[in-house]
Amino acid sequence: MSTEWESVIGLEVHVQLATESKIFSDAPVAAGGDPNSRACGVDLGLPGVLPVLNESALGMAVTFGLAVDGKIARECRFDRKNYFYPDLPKGYQISQLAEPVVSGGNLDIDLGDGRSRRIHLTRAHLEEDAGKSVHDAYAGLSGIDLNRAGTPLLEVVSEPELKSPEEAAQYFRALHSLVRALGICDGNLNEGSMRCDANISIRPKGCEELGERTEIKNINSFRFVERALAFEIERQIGVVEAGGEVVRETRLYDAERDETRPMRGKETSEDYRYFPDPDLLPVVVTDAMLAEARARLPELPAAKRERYARDFALDDYACSRLTGDPDLARYFEAVTATGVEPRQAANWVLGEVSAALNRDERDAHDIPVPAEELGILIARIDEGVISGAAARTVLATLWQEGGDADAHIAASGLAQLNDDDELSRLAQEAVERNPNQAEQYRAGKTKLLGFFVGQVMQASQGKANPRQVNELLRELLTGA
Amino acid sequence: MDSETVEKLLRLSALELDEDGRARLLRDLGRIVALIDEMQSVDTEGVAPLAHPLDAVQPLRPDRADPNVDRATLQQGAPATRDGLYLVPRVVE
Repeated sequence: MSTEWESVIGLEVHVQLATESKIFSDAPVAAGGDPNSRACGVDLGLPGVLPVLNESALGMAVTFGLAVDGKIARECRFDRKNYFYPDLPKGYQISQLAEPVVSGGNLDIDLGDGRSRRIHLTRAHLEEDAGKSVHDAYAGLSGIDLNRAGTPLLEVVSEPELKSPEEAAQYFRALHSLVRALGICDGNLNEGSMRCDANISIRPKGCEELGERTEIKNINSFRFVERALAFEIERQIGVVEAGGEVVRETRLYDAERDETRPMRGKETSEDYRYFPDPDLLPVVVTDAMLAEARARLPELPAAKRERYARDFALDDYACSRLTGDPDLARYFEAVTATGVEPRQAANWVLGEVSAALNRDERDAHDIPVPAEELGILIARIDEGVISGAAARTVLATLWQEGGDADAHIAASGLAQLNDDDELSRLAQEAVERNPNQAEQYRAGKTKLLGFFVGQVMQASQGKANPRQVNELLRELLTGA
Repeated sequence: MDSETVEKLLRLSALELDEDGRARLLRDLGRIVALIDEMQSVDTEGVAPLAHPLDAVQPLRPDRADPNVDRATLQQGAPATRDGLYLVPRVVE
């Protein structure tokens, strides 16, 4: 008899806040750049410097807290988390342990088929990022780049309420959509703007007690969260079913081998000796700051999803996809505002436009075709000026060359043939050239209409308006 | 305070001390802990915790970046640099 297992997962996600400057210094925050060109004396931890908190970083944390309906601490505090690593020049990371800026709150995750589940948050706190080490370039030495040191992070900690790798990935997605909608993070996973640590344990199904957990560090994609956890669940079940015990440890996910393995060199269990940072005074969130953050709160993804389903009659998939990316949602709404049917607009935005964005590795805030032009293009399909297939060709041209839709339709020669006289002539020819088929049609084999439509389409090089051709042929064949 | 605790603290702090140094540290830390024990005997019932001796709150800094980071000057104090990186004895995690 084999035991049925269930997994218990909690995520800690580091959200890089979209500030101009570092959390405690005025050095710029940006990806890349010459090594150490964005690390000032405060980031380097030089003697005699003092950290001063960035008001935007605090404001963004407050905004997040309001959006997840968490409790905003009116007074919070910074602590020192002590450990030694060369990319942490002070020997401690400034973080928040005892009094985080946000406690509690919740996030709804999408389980598909219109179902959702509410995941509770433990807390969200502010901290500074560390630098980066380069290990392979110098014999026997490591190179240290402190450009990233002092970048503001909001660490969002969930309760261990996620039940599967799929739910964990959905939670990560929901958090991604939220921080993008709030404008507090650029959401660029490839550049590490959101990094996730996952705590996971297994227990026999129905058991109340939690099993020993492992922590998987530094996962930076939705897919890897799912795969790393799926691997780790199987590994833990294997260990326990072989009579062993899961060891509490930190593991790394290796995407290439699709496995997790223990981090090396952690001979002592972590002991961070937190204590209040004497360099920083208690931080007060004023009424004015709260009011301002509340006033700036945009429409949140969940509310937007509901509105899209209600006002635009879009299906679940389209609602989630569009509201998952605020820039894509904005573009979609702008297309809709030109008066085209929303479902058609959604099809184009999620189809052709998204495919082209993927192909060119562009973001949705960077769509080269103005929403008005796509609106015109879709309207021309409805008006019968152009076929759907031809519209795709015109969109590709607009994408590459810019300009306006009508001019490209005219220049491309792809406009449909709607001229009744010309179409009548072509229909007449088709009937005359195929007397046998015409006779069979009249004898009742009406399926042959398609044959005649095909003949006309061919003669017009695909430009004839098929609806008009259908009507004309039916008249010709039955009326004669 | 015992020598085992001292060993652990030295490891966590990445410090190396000789035999004499360790003995002196053990003695000093023992006296510091005794002092703290004594302080903890004070009745603080009803006294609000003091986060900072100054009755002040953290001033905030406007989010403006100064791109002028003088790397050359900042790196003058570093024992070794190359290609703009600080060089340290190799670390492997």
